[in-house]
Amino acid sequence: MDHLGLVFLELGVLLVGVSVLGLFARRIGLSPIPFYLLAGLAFGDGGIAPVSASDGFVAVAAEIGVLLLMLTLGLEFSPRELSVSLARHRPSAVVDLLLNLVPGLAIALLARLPWPAAVAMGGLVWVSSSGIVAQLLVDLDRLGNRETPAILSVLVLEDLAMAVFLPILLVVLAGGGPGQALAGIVLAVGAVSLALLAATKASDRLGALLSHDSDEQIMLRVLGLTLLVAAATHLLGASAAVGAFLVGIAIPGQLASRARRILGPQRDLFAAIFFVTFGLTTDPASLLPHLGLAAVLGLAGILGKTLTGWYAASRDGVARRGRLRAGLTLVPRGEFSIVIAGLAVGAGYREVGLVATAYVLILAVLGPVLAKVSDQIAGRFPGGLLG
Amino acid sequence: MDFLETLLPGVGVRYDATTASGAPLAIVVSRDGAAELLAYRTDDPDAVAHRVELTADEAGAVGELLGAPRVTARLADLTREVPGLLSARVEITPGSRYDGRRLGDSKARTRTGCSVVAIVSGDQVRTAPGPLARLQAGDVVVAIGSRAGLAEFAHLLAMSPEDDPLPVPEPTDDE
Repeated sequence: MDHLGLVFLELGVLLVGVSVLGLFARRIGLSPIPFYLLAGLAFGDGGIAPVSASDGFVAVAAEIGVLLLMLTLGLEFSPRELSVSLARHRPSAVVDLLLNLVPGLAIALLARLPWPAAVAMGGLVWVSSSGIVAQLLVDLDRLGNRETPAILSVLVLEDLAMAVFLPILLVVLAGGGPGQALAGIVLAVGAVSLALLAATKASDRLGALLSHDSDEQIMLRVLGLTLLVAAATHLLGASAAVGAFLVGIAIPGQLASRARRILGPQRDLFAAIFFVTFGLTTDPASLLPHLGLAAVLGLAGILGKTLTGWYAASRDGVARRGRLRAGLTLVPRGEFSIVIAGLAVGAGYREVGLVATAYVLILAVLGPVLAKVSDQIAGRFPGGLLG
Repeated sequence: MDFLETLLPGVGVRYDATTASGAPLAIVVSRDGAAELLAYRTDDPDAVAHRVELTADEAGAVGELLGAPRVTARLADLTREVPGLLSARVEITPGSRYDGRRLGDSKARTRTGCSVVAIVSGDQVRTAPGPLARLQAGDVVVAIGSRAGLAEFAHLLAMSPEDDPLPVPEPTDDE
């Protein structure tokens, strides 16, 4: 078969496979992300039916998937929600960082991983999956619960923190010293402030610039702007993903909800390609030796998030059962951990990709289950602790 | 009845209140206008016990059934979207020179920069009223504008005939 025919065949098989897996995930009430990873594992290097992921188009499509994930994440939150969350839950975000990133980093260092890989590991242990958690709150009918604002605030602040963490991680992965890392922080904080300023002060102008009656125009303009800003932040060494996230934040409310609707299908397509490709480049046989480390990190990740959610919800005056629900709901990890691992793998730390795959597989499946049975767990505690 | 507003980032807003009978009441309004009416469990005060889901249209219908406050809630949402934009409710008092006049007679938009988005008369709401809409004492005029503009607007509508420097045509009956 000629090259073009082969590409079509591979993409076709990939999309049909993703559709079947997505359906299965929906049937059993889980996020499709772990299943996409599993599909990639099954078909990739060393899997049952090797498919080449190095193909130019698929590789670029996966990168665009990351940009679209970050863009739509930014579109979810208005600057006001960011600033209110920041004002009310800043201590929760600090607790989140201390109880998740620090243990992840420490465990990775104890496992004798090199320093840059350990920083990446800390990051991927840290961030919850906004996508899985938000869906979980809807599926479990908990949007109206009083612990929910605390959960959502922690997610928002993590996403915002990512905009600063990713550039630092890139510097560390590239072997830069503290000076460069500091420059990276300054650059990232500057870019975030600029985006927030644009969102609050110039949102009318930005809205007028991007708005149009036709959906096609909105798609092309928003996508075009995202790629341009992503290119700029990439060239500055501050991660293309951060640029895309900032574009999402800067786009004003009305337009943001339209852009979310218009870009949703593209995001789903390219993000699925990203997750499958990530699995494709992972050899399942080499995954086994890393399962132990992933399990330890998973335990640390569950404990860290439970305490974080407990603390954040208690700040909102929520009782103990609700605090436990908040903590266990924050457990799932997903897209962000894989994005971070992708950066580490790109810098040559392949073992981070392996551990991340196992870690996300564990917590993306276990997290939703824990959230679901939270009240039963609370009921098993002797009256004194959980009343 | 005061509603306490809590932002749900990425979702919408939750409004909390306690009714006079002591029952906690919460409403989650999502960004697309859909709403959930919620009641909480007694053994676990943070968990939802019962919920009634309403689409945006249904929420609007319930709001209209219950009266005008929904209009101002929508306005509050609108004013949240646009920084610096505020809304106000100004009642036409019996002494006002605009009692019995048309909205256009006040030249409110030209004079204060505020736009009138609704006139609430008892349980009737006239949304987006034109300049010919007639004002009566007891009507509540809902307007949006800047903070300064709204203050001027309230002052303008409260003026007695002697205070207002601008000549106003005598009331006519042709609509």
